[in-house]
Amino acid sequence: MTYFRDVGALARKDLLLELRAKETLPSMLLFVIAALVIFHFALPRGSDPTAARGLLWAALIFTALLGLTRAFVAEREQGMFDALVLAPCDRSAIWLGKTIAVLGFLAAAEVVALPAFAAFFHGLDGRTVAAVALADVGIAAVGTLFGAMAVAGHARELLLPLLFLPMAIPIVVGGVGEYLWFLVLYDGIFALLSWAAFEYVVAEA
Amino acid sequence: MIAAHGLGKRFGDRRVFRDIDVELPEGGFLLVTGPNGSGKTTLLRILARLAAPSAGSLEGPPRETIGYLGHDPLVYRELTPIENLTLFGRLYRVPERAERIGMLLERFGLWDVRHERVSTFSRGMQQRLGLCRVVLHEPALLVLDEPYNALDTAGAELLDAMLDEPRTLVVATHEPRRVEHRADQRLAFA
Repeated sequence: MTYFRDVGALARKDLLLELRAKETLPSMLLFVIAALVIFHFALPRGSDPTAARGLLWAALIFTALLGLTRAFVAEREQGMFDALVLAPCDRSAIWLGKTIAVLGFLAAAEVVALPAFAAFFHGLDGRTVAAVALADVGIAAVGTLFGAMAVAGHARELLLPLLFLPMAIPIVVGGVGEYLWFLVLYDGIFALLSWAAFEYVVAEA
Repeated sequence: MIAAHGLGKRFGDRRVFRDIDVELPEGGFLLVTGPNGSGKTTLLRILARLAAPSAGSLEGPPRETIGYLGHDPLVYRELTPIENLTLFGRLYRVPERAERIGMLLERFGLWDVRHERVSTFSRGMQQRLGLCRVVLHEPALLVLDEPYNALDTAGAELLDAMLDEPRTLVVATHEPRRVEHRADQRLAFA
């Protein structure tokens, strides 16, 4: 129970920071809507619905990347990792708390993005919404781990996309094809790996 | 409390320091001095278990009994003092958290601003809050890097009183005159 209380406190902290600073979510919303508008005019009329779905996934992945770039700003700029890793709590709780917060930001951006997609393109079915929800878990899990790795690196703005985008390819494949079982598998495997690996990412260097 | 032998640190090809020995008993005070870039902060981070040495051995207390203050006060600027200390109180398993937080905020003169965001504070007030965070869990070892930074006279006196409490201390400072009478060991970087 203590573990989950720690996770709750850390996730609450991240949500509170965003609520106060209002930096990440507005940028994500603006970006995803702008991307969908551009795609709407770029895609010829009468295009295959699969092409439109592909563009939705491109917009969502880059929106997530924008959010992930901001996920560890406070820890990076204010040196907060030092204070967090000295605490006797399990270090994976730091990852899980941040993952939950990132998941919250993604969900909030998609509450706006999915109706916009439905309006601009060919509507939206339940299977696409389910695929997006499942993909969010994998994006948040893997992206948070890579976000923490990028904080320690020198070219961090470059490092996160280089690490994250190749790992997002299976998500796009599963999302566009709406292979829900594949997304469930991806979430399970990579959430577990990220949870276990975080300890080593923030270990003393 | 701390037994370090032959400590060395390299960043790539650059050697920061080598062959540092520290034998600090419980209740001891190690004063670390030296110019900018000489390796004081790196040594303090190693002693606080935030970085690993490239060479040598280090024995010391477990992480959770260390209080570390770096160049930054290590508090979230968009949270209030109460929110910061409540978060760290939970993570550091501080018993009777609310009472302890209230007592520290009173002591460091931050009680009246406890619900205001840290981003609105002066650097000196942020440093005071950083000191509250450092002693919140009553650590056995305090590792303080330039703790007098930005503190006014009253703040510096509060820190002096904190350093007089029975604890093992490692302090790096550009103002050794303020603490050298307390130190029983010195390490001067060239």
